[in-house]
Amino acid sequence: MSEALLAPPDEAALAAAIAAAHAAGEPLAIEGNGSKRELLRPVQAARSLTTRGLSGITLYRPQELIVSALAGTPLPEIEAALAEKGQHLIAEPPMLAGLFGAGREPTIGGLVATNLSGPRRIMGGAMRDHVMGIRAVTGTGEVFRSGGRVLKNVTGLDLCKLLTGAHGTLGVITEVTLKVLPAPASSGSLALRVADLATGVRALSAGLGSPYGVSGAALLPSGGVAGLAGPLALLRIEEFAESVAYRLGRLREALAGFGEAALLGEDASLAAWQAVREAEPLGAAPEEAVWRVSVKPSTGPGVVAASGLDKALLDWGGGLVWLAGPARPEQHARVVAATEAAGGTFTLFRAPEPLRAAVAVLPEEPPALAAIGRRVKAVLDPKGILNPGRMRAGF
Amino acid sequence: MISLPDPKPAVLARRAEIVAALRALVPTGPLGEGVISEELRLKPYETDGLSAYRQPPLAVVLPETTEQVAAVLRYCHANGIRVIPRGAGTSLSGGALPLADAVVIGLMRMNRILEVDYEDRLAVVEAGVTNLGITNHVAADGFFYAPDPSSQLACMIGGNVNMNSGGAHCLKYGVTANNLLGLKLVTIEGEIIEVGGRHLDAAGYDWLGLLTGSEGQLAIVTEVTVRILRAAEGQRAMLAAFKGTEIAGAAVDAIIASGIIPVALEFMDKPCIHACEAFAHAGYPLEAEAMLIIEVEGSTEEQDMLLGKLKEICGRFDPISLKVAQTAEESMAIWKGRKGAFGAVGRISPDYLCMDGTIPTGELPHVLKRIGEMSAEYGLQVANVFHAGDGNLHPLIMFDANDPESFHKAEAFGADILKLCVEVGGCLTGEHGVGVEKRDLMGVQFSPSELALQRAIKGAFDPDWLLNPAKVFPLEDNPALQRAA
Repeated sequence: MSEALLAPPDEAALAAAIAAAHAAGEPLAIEGNGSKRELLRPVQAARSLTTRGLSGITLYRPQELIVSALAGTPLPEIEAALAEKGQHLIAEPPMLAGLFGAGREPTIGGLVATNLSGPRRIMGGAMRDHVMGIRAVTGTGEVFRSGGRVLKNVTGLDLCKLLTGAHGTLGVITEVTLKVLPAPASSGSLALRVADLATGVRALSAGLGSPYGVSGAALLPSGGVAGLAGPLALLRIEEFAESVAYRLGRLREALAGFGEAALLGEDASLAAWQAVREAEPLGAAPEEAVWRVSVKPSTGPGVVAASGLDKALLDWGGGLVWLAGPARPEQHARVVAATEAAGGTFTLFRAPEPLRAAVAVLPEEPPALAAIGRRVKAVLDPKGILNPGRMRAGF
Repeated sequence: MISLPDPKPAVLARRAEIVAALRALVPTGPLGEGVISEELRLKPYETDGLSAYRQPPLAVVLPETTEQVAAVLRYCHANGIRVIPRGAGTSLSGGALPLADAVVIGLMRMNRILEVDYEDRLAVVEAGVTNLGITNHVAADGFFYAPDPSSQLACMIGGNVNMNSGGAHCLKYGVTANNLLGLKLVTIEGEIIEVGGRHLDAAGYDWLGLLTGSEGQLAIVTEVTVRILRAAEGQRAMLAAFKGTEIAGAAVDAIIASGIIPVALEFMDKPCIHACEAFAHAGYPLEAEAMLIIEVEGSTEEQDMLLGKLKEICGRFDPISLKVAQTAEESMAIWKGRKGAFGAVGRISPDYLCMDGTIPTGELPHVLKRIGEMSAEYGLQVANVFHAGDGNLHPLIMFDANDPESFHKAEAFGADILKLCVEVGGCLTGEHGVGVEKRDLMGVQFSPSELALQRAIKGAFDPDWLLNPAKVFPLEDNPALQRAA
């Protein structure tokens, strides 16, 4: 009788476990700590394989802005090690305990596999932008590397990006190397009480189009941070203290026409952005579905309106639209239609199992691209044993 | 020397028929003939920025639309004809080197800027728009396109996408891959596909990421949606010169540790300082062993604050010279020598190879020492410029192209430098691409099974290996490129 959960202690054992599953044609659900097990579609597999046995920082060179860690290393452990040297993960990845439940800490491998980025994505890039190297195991049990441990590397095909955001369907990541940066010495925010969402996104665009280096731009329809009512446009500056004060002042002047302004000092600003990072202002109830929509920022308010939902949170200058509402196929169809009309993409991020098993949780790809996708999948996982069904039905 | 696969005799034999078919697909338009086939007019296409290698193609096609690119690819796919995509032909790794039996698809006529959207901070441009052309188009409104390879006046965005080009300002703004939103591309079967779009995160596999830097192996890019950014209020540079490369390296570490992220952090070694000073008279200190150019951004007061901190940090390392620009003009003077570095080396040597490895920055003193030793062993001079923030090293190896032995020695020296880069934990190429130049060194960085995996992914896009074949992947063990003889 085989165990329901495989927890190999190292990469070689993990590769052997996958090779055995490949030989047996046995599908595996791939996870780190399972903190986002309810993300996307349910996986069709009797057994799970976890990377949690592969844990720990393997290389950290603060002067080289590089950190490497085994896939199962919990996010807080990496953040703590970086903070000790005054550095941070650029993409500000979220924990999302509010959406998926507390108690299971996200692993760095899981955050890369799901390509989840927080508010700083607007200025600093996504998780995928900072994955400088990976080690991973294919669906046949073969270990491979891509990239390396340097910041600039165009040697060969970039399989780091292919695996980032592939949700474990193309390979199991065993180690990642990330670019890191010095954490800002200080930060603060400008909050603008705006008339409506469209005005709010225009304010964010004006801020992002200013020379002041806005590192966070979110819109909270109901407000709710620092005791301020909504709709609230939030713009963040992260810099040396002198620059934070100067830039917020200039930004306040430049955006005065968009609404009543308030400045958030460092503590209030940190708290507000922590909430945005974790999608807390969305206020999703446990039984509700959550969608994560990515569109051109100026179309964000239109997507909210067309979705018919009142629970919304807009980040990344208006282009990341979080929506929450009834977990019903009709509602899903409405979000999909709104997204497609805006020319963007959607993810049914979280939903009760019947809904996410029944509908497409990601947009379909055009046939020519889908055909390439099937061929790439066949190269990396010829028997389709890695996370079958996670991203698309029958795939 | 790099070997190329034998041309397909059946394709060579059908040359006249192929040219006629291509003419029907890409007829003469307002910009001139759509197909070039006369020997003399093929000359300009026989090489690129790696001019030591030359091979005229079967023909050159100059499409003006994505649909024409698709028609040409459909035809070439159906007839088993190899295809070489080409932008401005500035590749330093031979990425656009033709094959005798291949059709070059030149994208320079697809040079329209289709859309600029300041509110959403993006521009949609055709593949043949130059890198600087994008910035020039939006500069009056205070915006810019961030990656700035030194060939930016000539190189085209389609080539930048395929090589994932960098530049001097990557430390703050990232490389091409970090500044793209979407691509329109054509597969070898002639299917037009869009990946990404006008939004930041795409759902599903990151095709945009895989295609960026794929060196024309997977598809032909015809349209690119780039992020454009608002420029900072201003920028200013300082110069710091030191008595040793280790000392300059330690200063770089101290700068990074201070929390300051300069927009540029450039390192030049002594031979490079001398070459640049003789060329540009920028006032570089000739007695220095190493020099840094550091640039910061912000308001004038912010620049003063940051440059003050940097001056203090550099001051701890017993500098020979510390010069903080007080004006934009002084800043330009500091940059003048560095920006003219390649031309400067060209003046003291008839020819040079520009190498492009990346190393962990802490390895710089060791690597420069080894390069110095190798320079003596090979009897060839070398000057080093280095993007110190991100570890990207550009040794310029000087040789004489009229002397074949000198060229072979330069190639061997370059290969030894790249092997050293891999040995110390770095990689073969930071921003120039593998092309043909570094193709046969790929086994130094990757295992046979890793190379087989990458080749198989190439095969998933291009099963018959018609797209830019004989680049990136070594020819051995490649059934798709078996030599005919």
